[in-house]
Amino acid sequence: MNTNAILSVRNLKTRFTMDEGTTKAVDGVSFDVAPGQVVGIVGESGCGKSVTIKSILRIVQKPGEVVGGEILFRPQRHGENGTDFVDLAKLDGRGKEMRTIRGNDIALIPQEPMAALSPVHTIGNQLVEAVQLHRKINKRQAEEIAIERMKEVGVPSPEERMSAYSWELSGGLRQRVMIAMALLCSPRLLIADEPTTAIDVTTQAQVLNLLRGLQKNHDMAIIFITHDLGVIAQVADDVVVMYLGRVMETGPVDDIFHNPLHPYTKALLGSIPSIHTTSREPLPTIEGSIPHPFNRPAGCPFFPRCAAYMPGKCDRQTPKLERIGEHQSVSCFLHHEVAEEI
Amino acid sequence: MSLANSSDDKVTLLEVKGLSKFFPIKKGVLRRIQGQVRAVDDVSFRIYEGETLGLVGESGCGKTTTSRCIMRALDPTDGEILFRSANGEIVDIAAMRESEIRPLRREIQMIFQDPYASLNPRMNVMDIIGESLQVIGGMSAREERSARVAELLALVGLRPEYMQRFPHAFSGGQRQRIAIARALALHPRLVVADEPVSALDVSVQAQVLNLMLKLQRELNLTYLFVAHDLSVVKHICDRVIVMYVGKIVEIAPTETLFSAPKHPYTAALMAAVPVADPRQRTAMTPLEGDVPSPANPPSGCYFHPRCRHAVEVCVKKQPALEECADGHLVRCHRAAELSLPGIGGENEAATAGS
Amino acid sequence: MSAETESKTENIEVRQAGQREDADAISVAPNWKLVWWRFRKHRLALVAGVLLFFIILIAGFPGFFSTQDPSQSDTTGSFMPPQGIHIWDDGPAFFAYAANGARNPRTLRMEWQLDESQKVPLRLFGRGYEWKVLGLFTTDIHLIGLVNPDEDKPIHLLGTDRLGRDQWSRLMYGTQVSLSVGLLAVFISTVLGIFLGGISGYFGGLADMVIQRVVELLQSIPPIPIWLALSAALPRTWSVTTSYLAITGILALLTWTTLAREVRGRFLALREEDFVVAAKLAGCRQLRIVFRHMVPTMNSHIIAAVTLAIPVMIINETFLSFLGLGLRPPAISWGVLLQEAQNLQSVALAPWLLLPGVAVIITVLVLNVLGDGLRDAADPYH
Repeated sequence: MNTNAILSVRNLKTRFTMDEGTTKAVDGVSFDVAPGQVVGIVGESGCGKSVTIKSILRIVQKPGEVVGGEILFRPQRHGENGTDFVDLAKLDGRGKEMRTIRGNDIALIPQEPMAALSPVHTIGNQLVEAVQLHRKINKRQAEEIAIERMKEVGVPSPEERMSAYSWELSGGLRQRVMIAMALLCSPRLLIADEPTTAIDVTTQAQVLNLLRGLQKNHDMAIIFITHDLGVIAQVADDVVVMYLGRVMETGPVDDIFHNPLHPYTKALLGSIPSIHTTSREPLPTIEGSIPHPFNRPAGCPFFPRCAAYMPGKCDRQTPKLERIGEHQSVSCFLHHEVAEEI
Repeated sequence: MSLANSSDDKVTLLEVKGLSKFFPIKKGVLRRIQGQVRAVDDVSFRIYEGETLGLVGESGCGKTTTSRCIMRALDPTDGEILFRSANGEIVDIAAMRESEIRPLRREIQMIFQDPYASLNPRMNVMDIIGESLQVIGGMSAREERSARVAELLALVGLRPEYMQRFPHAFSGGQRQRIAIARALALHPRLVVADEPVSALDVSVQAQVLNLMLKLQRELNLTYLFVAHDLSVVKHICDRVIVMYVGKIVEIAPTETLFSAPKHPYTAALMAAVPVADPRQRTAMTPLEGDVPSPANPPSGCYFHPRCRHAVEVCVKKQPALEECADGHLVRCHRAAELSLPGIGGENEAATAGS
Repeated sequence: MSAETESKTENIEVRQAGQREDADAISVAPNWKLVWWRFRKHRLALVAGVLLFFIILIAGFPGFFSTQDPSQSDTTGSFMPPQGIHIWDDGPAFFAYAANGARNPRTLRMEWQLDESQKVPLRLFGRGYEWKVLGLFTTDIHLIGLVNPDEDKPIHLLGTDRLGRDQWSRLMYGTQVSLSVGLLAVFISTVLGIFLGGISGYFGGLADMVIQRVVELLQSIPPIPIWLALSAALPRTWSVTTSYLAITGILALLTWTTLAREVRGRFLALREEDFVVAAKLAGCRQLRIVFRHMVPTMNSHIIAAVTLAIPVMIINETFLSFLGLGLRPPAISWGVLLQEAQNLQSVALAPWLLLPGVAVIITVLVLNVLGDGLRDAADPYH
């Protein structure tokens, strides 16, 4: 474990128990987040990236449940370099301690700002309420902080926007307001859940630049969830590649993009058309489709679609996430022999 | 009526002339019409036989409305949509009654964005794909239909045995293949694809794009490809139309458009696409501000409030769509003087590490 | 596709298929099967379904379940308390205690005592009075009958009313009437609701305007006074059947509006659905789009809505009849039966006259639980 990390997720397991069966939405996920670092979690639908961050925030809804692992987080009030981690997995999701950490130490930027903002309260009301929830200050001071933050995220004429309603703003502005709200209490860790999926590409570029700037100025760590490899390449320092609830590969962004080790990462990178690649030629593809969560394959979750599948091995044992080289870790029998114990 | 062909003798399959679609804005208790959303505003272009024409733009630019008007899923407010049907006759789709269009539906088909919404969950694959065969294809015998459906399934890479299955048994990519098979059932000549891969997972997108390319070669299809993802458009299209707030701002062959865009919006759009390579991080924001509402567009050139190159004339006068090179049309007052950055073609190697 | 890639695809399919042996049944399952599989998990609703089946059985063959002719009165047998059935008497048995009554000379009321020394032996599928099976042929077989019908006095499982009529048998026949009024009224209002709601939602425009205004008008009328007025206007001279149909019509005419609104809303939403647009682009005509694509999508929702509407109808009928404005004797319905319990004195003396109320409660609960289960299962593709 990175001793410097502010968040260290160890072997996290989250399950959904339903009548139809149990889904291992997150199945032994581990990664670290260092202060001031942007960690990108990338994966396709059903890979468990959203459930992972919901587990970290402890907002997984029933019938989902965190059933194992540790979520070690270093909140602000503990010493900057101390080793006193709090294991979020052991806290009560609705308890006072977790509620203080949420919003104060860890903030979330949701995917759909329209759904996250109330349509019947003004932007100002919502921002002021969020400030006062965590800090004992009067309304005027709270308003000042809110306007300050809106200025910082590039909302034009923030004083006027205070009295606007969410539906009066454009998609890009709404997302900026959400970012301002997340920054209100100067969190140490910002979690962005596909923050640019619902907005247009020119606005996306603005939001990505904004997030990068904020991260630098505030020395804030960011966990960035997306399915877009382009976005990951543009913002992340470290990348976690997930597939069906498991981490396939993790490492520095440059290694992931220029020296991918896992067949899934390789195939994924190969299959995206880029504005730089040759047109009109068949793209390399990953055959088959993502299985339904109830039909998770035994062994390595990727083996049925894998080009380098080794019969008798990949379908029997699940490879463990093992460090290969200095920074990169990969869970694939092509690179090591360590299997998950059952 | 006649259709003009291009200078190098490509056959025009469809010509859109001055197409407009306005949606009234009703307000107040009396629901009086207060204004209009000019979703598509005086749009003209041609689709040549056998090509893939891309239609790109951000949300609200009118690309989807344009495609729906061509399909007559929406009734256009104004304009002509001339189509050269298989028997050589040229018809104006915009002026036809629903009953007149029905036989034409064999020749123009559509692929929808969301394969979860576009397949009726209560019908099995056989009935979904076979429906048009039955209602306008004249195949009333079930055996005949099921033979054709089996053929179509094989064509899109699915097993014919899947015919009895219902859509819920399939993944997103497989559903999109079913939707493609449905579109191809009656040997259409024009396929309008409305963001056919944007609802799919990354690993599946490539499969569907490859399939579309393969089918185009084998069946000599013409595609109108509506998309917002420039990488996909660059990969699959021969020519591209860029739309902004209901109007066409640029039309050009794909290579030209990407290497030497003439409209500042096109250039900004391309610069905004995040490159999947951490070594090529873009530091600056390509565009400030947001897309204006088509209900209340700015004066002059709709793009001037966000344009770095805007001058006085841009605020006052709306530029016309003019040809600046063969087959390259642009709507910008300063198109001739500006030199905008494009994206280098093949020299910047693929970023993927495999 | 080259042979190599084809075999590769095959491989992947085999590898992926290995993961889902049981998925094949689901793959080819039509909508109703999926709804049933989901509904099956709702235990309470399943129990309600079984109960409803028995209630419907009673409604279909009330004669079989009754023990007496429901309209046969016996002045010497009034206000007899429930006799009850006993199935244990130092060993399995099936009998009832005889009831002996005598008139109190002061109050002139019948006073009853169960005589535990005198057992009336019973049997299943015994013979009794003659009844008609679905109006087709006659039989005298009943679920419960006397072993010696010629010697023993008839038994009254739930006692008798003021005129000495058998409460149990009347309840059985009341079930038939009350349930069928509910079903018929809901059927009429469903047809009206779907038809008018469908026109309103699919065609829009002027038709929609007119229908919606009518719906608003009907919904703004307070239902109780209008029912009272309409029922009071029915001529007293009408036969039982005619007034039965008239009441049904009155109930239906005022309740189709809710369903019409629901259907309209669904049509409006469905019209924009991609698969409906796709059907249009596939060349389907309007009628086919409506009946092949849109209506089936609403089926299960309509069934759920209808199931939830029946209990409301039953309550309405009971309520009208209880007030003496619905069905009138000699018709037998739950409301008519409860009318007997209007008199405070008779309730005090013969509380078993309230038992039809229990039947109402059970039936309404059963239908509501069932409707809830159906509503939850109605949309299996989430």
